[in-house]
Amino acid sequence: MARYFTDEHEWIDLEGDLATVGITDYAQEQLGDIVFVELPEVGSNVEKGGEAAVVESVKAASDVYAPITGEVMEANSALEEDPALVNTSPEEEGWFFRITVSDKSELEGLMDAKAYKAFCDEL
Amino acid sequence: MSGTVMSDIVTEAEDENIPEELGTLPLDSWHRRLGARMVPFAGYEMPIQYAGEHGGIVAEHNWTRESASLFDVSHMGQLSVTGPDAAHELEKLLPGAIESLKPGKMRYSLLLTEAGGIIDDLMVTNTGSHIALVVNGACKWDDIAHLREHLPDEITLTHYDDQALLALQGPKAAQVLEALVPGTAELTFMTSGAFTWDGAPLWVSRAGYTGEDGFEISVHNDHVERLGDALVADARVNPAGLGARDSLRLEAGLPLYGHDLDLETDPVSADLTFALTKKRRETGGYLGHTAVVSRLADGGTVRRVGLRLEGRMPAREGASVHVGDAEIGRVTSGGFSPTLGYPIAMAYISNDHATEGNKVEIEVRNKRLPAEVVPMPFVPHRYYRGS
Repeated sequence: MARYFTDEHEWIDLEGDLATVGITDYAQEQLGDIVFVELPEVGSNVEKGGEAAVVESVKAASDVYAPITGEVMEANSALEEDPALVNTSPEEEGWFFRITVSDKSELEGLMDAKAYKAFCDEL
Repeated sequence: MSGTVMSDIVTEAEDENIPEELGTLPLDSWHRRLGARMVPFAGYEMPIQYAGEHGGIVAEHNWTRESASLFDVSHMGQLSVTGPDAAHELEKLLPGAIESLKPGKMRYSLLLTEAGGIIDDLMVTNTGSHIALVVNGACKWDDIAHLREHLPDEITLTHYDDQALLALQGPKAAQVLEALVPGTAELTFMTSGAFTWDGAPLWVSRAGYTGEDGFEISVHNDHVERLGDALVADARVNPAGLGARDSLRLEAGLPLYGHDLDLETDPVSADLTFALTKKRRETGGYLGHTAVVSRLADGGTVRRVGLRLEGRMPAREGASVHVGDAEIGRVTSGGFSPTLGYPIAMAYISNDHATEGNKVEIEVRNKRLPAEVVPMPFVPHRYYRGS
């Protein structure tokens, strides 16, 4: 399983043609306490760079953009009950949604863990 | 205490020579040392939240409700008015009774325009030697200009820009402060007095902006870091930032100037008629009186209300409020209440719908969130009014 990172602080786990998407530890740290996550509907299509989810912290709402184009196959229902999972386990249990990968070339140019760490260190 | 006499500052303001770069507060490095994330607010770099085990908006919020938190509110304007009949002159600009304010007593009041619009909300204290004002940081330069324009030349307006202001808030605030500054626990809500701590003169007021018992402490810049250290050295105290201050005041139903109050709002619509002292509604003689009296009579068209939302999705400032097809108002502050575990908001809505228990809908990202008009405060105040 390969994990990719975007400069919008999302991570993508690729397993076959299915991608699991979440936000990184760096992102949750910046957002602070998360109180609500609005997830895309299963069956809806998201486009790379388009709005896919909204994260509400105590203070503000932040958009989460789809890192790739695809159809939403599953949304993490655990976040409805416990949105704080995004704070406590951002890169595991706090995943957002799973989408089909329609165009693998969209993954080109994304960062691996090492490159992403270097990217964050410079921020 | 020394201060800058206002004529200098007003000249600067008229020259539009207001610094555009962010100012730093006297505790700037102290905040950074404690792991604060600094953000621009009211023209200063200010802590929004702190790092560490007790840091983060929700943790700081909850700690304030359970124990005691230290907030740096030195961005606020600390002013004084002195001179012949200072209280009388001030009453020409405020709708509250100031002349009858006894030494040590405080009152919440408003600066109004002729049309009854709200220029700022503020705290007025009779210190015994002068009338002290604490005004919002973002408004202080405009307030100073307004006061200087309307007060007679014989009245001296002083800006204590060398004084810091700390707020110690929470159910354990009184025990903590009494241990450091004996005698402060005897103050009751909305009273204040002069104290000394380790050689530093303090002006301590039993008031705040969280709905909890607590104090605001005015101290010279030269002593504030020492006092801050002494307060957070107490295990019952943690620092808290602007984020928690905002969620606490929202739960307490307290309006925030620039969001819930502005020049377009008036004391009646803002549901702040308690600041319109009964006697002065009759006697008048203050800027905005005619407009306020007429608004009291006709009730206006909108009212600031509290809304409780269903579900967990918060509605933010600017969200529209609806009943059926009709848009009836707008949210002015909103967020998730850490204490209550559901989203709450303040909104100005049409008087016809501003009755407790009324059902409305708030539009957020093309969704309609069901909400209900509820009384404020959302979380009961726990002020200390004496045993």
